Amino acid sequence: MRWARFLSNYGMLAVLLLLAGFFSVVTLRDQHPSGAAAARGLLAGPAGARLQSAQGTILIAVRGASHADQAFAGELHDRLGAQGVRVRSARGDPRSVRAALEELADDGTGPPAAIAAAHAYAPLVRSVLAEEEAWRHVPVLTPPAYRWPTFLLPENLFNVANQIAVIAILAIGMTMVIITGGIDLSVGSLIALSAVLVAGLVGHWGGAAAGTGAMLAAGAGAVLLCGIVGLFSGAMITGFRVPPFIATLGMMQVASGLAYILSQGKPIYRLPESFVTLGRGADPLVGIPYAVLLMLALYALAHLVMSRTPLGRYVYAVGGNPEAARLAGVRVKGVLLLVYALNSMLAGLGGVVMASQLKSGAPTYGLMYELYVIAAVVVGGTSLSGGEGRIFGTLIGAFIIAVIQNGMNLTNVESYTQKVVLGFVILGAVLLDRLRHGAWFWRRRPRRRPPEPRGSDVIR
Amino acid sequence: MRVKRDQPLLSVTGVDKAFPGVQALCGATLAVRAGEIHALVGENGAGKSTLIKIVSGALAPDCGTLACRGRVCALRCPGDATRAGIATIHQEFNLVASLSVRENVFLGRERRRGAWIDRAAERRATRRQLAELEAPIDPEAPVRTLDVAQQQLVEIARALLARARLLIMDEPTAALTPREVTRLFALLRDLRARGHGILFVSHRLDEVLALADRVSVMRDGVTLGTWPRAALTREQLIERMVGRPLDQEFPKAPAPRGAVLLETRALSGPGVHGVTLQARAGEVLGIAGLVGAGRTELVRLLFGAERATAGEIRLAGRPLRLRAPRDAIRRGLCLLTEDRQQQGLLLKLSVRENFALPNLAHWTRAGWIDRRAEGAALARYVARLRIRLAGWEEPAAHLSGGNQQKLLVARWLEQDARVLIFDEPTRGIDVGAKHEMYLLLNELAARGKAIVMISSELPEVLGMSDRVLVMRGGRIAGEVTEVAAATQEQLLSMAVHG
Repeated sequence: MRWARFLSNYGMLAVLLLLAGFFSVVTLRDQHPSGAAAARGLLAGPAGARLQSAQGTILIAVRGASHADQAFAGELHDRLGAQGVRVRSARGDPRSVRAALEELADDGTGPPAAIAAAHAYAPLVRSVLAEEEAWRHVPVLTPPAYRWPTFLLPENLFNVANQIAVIAILAIGMTMVIITGGIDLSVGSLIALSAVLVAGLVGHWGGAAAGTGAMLAAGAGAVLLCGIVGLFSGAMITGFRVPPFIATLGMMQVASGLAYILSQGKPIYRLPESFVTLGRGADPLVGIPYAVLLMLALYALAHLVMSRTPLGRYVYAVGGNPEAARLAGVRVKGVLLLVYALNSMLAGLGGVVMASQLKSGAPTYGLMYELYVIAAVVVGGTSLSGGEGRIFGTLIGAFIIAVIQNGMNLTNVESYTQKVVLGFVILGAVLLDRLRHGAWFWRRRPRRRPPEPRGSDVIR
Repeated sequence: MRVKRDQPLLSVTGVDKAFPGVQALCGATLAVRAGEIHALVGENGAGKSTLIKIVSGALAPDCGTLACRGRVCALRCPGDATRAGIATIHQEFNLVASLSVRENVFLGRERRRGAWIDRAAERRATRRQLAELEAPIDPEAPVRTLDVAQQQLVEIARALLARARLLIMDEPTAALTPREVTRLFALLRDLRARGHGILFVSHRLDEVLALADRVSVMRDGVTLGTWPRAALTREQLIERMVGRPLDQEFPKAPAPRGAVLLETRALSGPGVHGVTLQARAGEVLGIAGLVGAGRTELVRLLFGAERATAGEIRLAGRPLRLRAPRDAIRRGLCLLTEDRQQQGLLLKLSVRENFALPNLAHWTRAGWIDRRAEGAALARYVARLRIRLAGWEEPAAHLSGGNQQKLLVARWLEQDARVLIFDEPTRGIDVGAKHEMYLLLNELAARGKAIVMISSELPEVLGMSDRVLVMRGGRIAGEVTEVAAATQEQLLSMAVHG
């Protein structure tokens, strides 16, 4: 019994960890560090002593002006300088290395004691050295490689989270809708409508020159307009008792059509550079993408709402048994309206994030996303019959889908095969759900001594 | 396939069945003969349903033997039971509402002519069988259009056409009117005379004593024994079911009457016509009547679950305007519905959530639920009402009927309800829990609540009410103020003739 409860609460988390473990093992590769960490690794590694006690000049060769290259050169420069070692830097393409070497030869210093370069740049540096007899013996030192799974690199993990952020944000609302016993097929189209709306509004309020205020207003406008679409679906469902499947199937067409009409069928590109901050930016401290932070904040809020507020309780109650909820004084129709509106607003927010990620708004966005969103909810353990489900289960479900896709990309599984695998994963998740709801029930061996019957009506 | 009278049709020996956490059956034994009506009684949770499921092939026993007509047989699926001549008619019928009577009767056993269904032959056979049961039902009518009694006859016809020798009937009278019950009993006696065996499972002891030839009593998964009906009195039967002597079936304790709390004037609505009534604090107002007399419809109007079309409702002298149940709840009126599973509880939700649902405002601070205060309130009622449960987070579905009812009472007491309307408060709960329910009614009345109690069990209405209204056709057909002197016949004649 206890195991069953544990499995039902954390079973999918175990699946997620197993998947992560599996992809970690199969993507275990030689990793080459970059940035300041690479400089420290180089100094701490076997070549460190040679660099720090060098008699001649040390040349630091970096390819470009990227953040990582700058950090590598800067860190190495500072550390060696502090040791009293003479250091020169060559920044740019291999020609800058040649220029630096010639300069050293011209001012009479002669060839450097060693050249420090990143792993990827070393072959080019070596080819420069091969050009002159005098330089052939100059060693090129690179930071030591280490074994680490590509899957577990922070960049990759942030990438996984960033790619699933839109689906995961939508899945919050979908979880609530499914807990009420409904379904919403219109969310994929709402992504497109919202992306077109936000891009169009920004275009209207200044285009490429729009300011932050205009962009925030455009985002809020898009989310609110999507909320009105959701209210309309909710009104059809509560007021006219149209089945949610049908009502939202209709709204799916309506929203998609509106997106095409508003954008005249073309993507909207005229957006300011800063428009991508939400979708591509990351916090300066750890490097977590803003979209992921937004997603995590929404999940935390949704979890609290569902477990600690009357609204959350009512959502479960309405899904469990609408008539019993009504007779207990719950405003069933009001709850349903609110849930559909919230769900559509979250879909609108997902559309804004997507427009920001892609720096454009097009009516083709979000195609089939409703199915991925529903899959995330179902994989996360929410039952389509309503009345039960957990918000964090959905987050786990979304991550399972994202990890499988990312892992298969890393291991070069082609996309058609990925679809087949993903389909079976969804079926497997539902099967697991079925198993925990009943199948284990019959396999129990009988107990010899009857336990105290619990909650029996017998008076003792 | 002639079976001799008194030959055992089915014998069950030493059957065990365990579910996680519960030993449902522990050496159950049962023998049903041809040509007898055999009653199986026991409290809820005694193991009757499990035993029925095992002999109808829906569950496999952990150990023990089943013998059909003297030969050991294994019933692995319901089909095996049908082939062994056993047909089970559950309380919830197994009929497809959208299909016709004929299609239901032959569902899964269609008469064929080549690849096609021989509809003419099916229709003839159905009509013949229904005529034999004296049931004038059109074989082509959709089952949806039939009433409960007719659907039951369709089930019986289906069983007999499948050549069942043993009919298992689980609570067959629960949804029938007295007249329909009389007809069903005549039919069952007729089947007995033709050599069928009938296993009759019922909570209604009067019916058991009126109908059965032998009675088997189960308690805690064990068959206590089988007795000829003549050897049992009602009291003995209850004692064996409950496992202790029963002091008094209806422990009515009158409470001091207070002011009029609930009052209606010429109230009309769907199924209710011009009802005027009054309920005082400290009073239990019983409402009797046949099924369909408008009793449930009346209390749904009082609770705002349906809209009234005319008349008015007053609560403690002030008019009560109801647009939805929550308006009634806010004013201190509550309804404990007849069907706890479908209309009262949220079975998937926990005990805590069920208790808290209408009361969340009591513990909500700045939009957030204070779970500690909520738990403390629940703990008070669990202790006061002696609700037995494994934990607050347990789904309400796991509670027994009596404890589910208490949980709902706790919910409304926390709402500080002044008027409690109980629709069939003891339906589906067993003898022991009924007794506790009655004590609870007394306690509520003593605390100055007004209680309206609908009950189809006339002894209960007479035993527990201070005053009884009898309804017929959506109207009040009569009132009994001297309950102690009234008889069941008196109530029944009001209910039938007005």
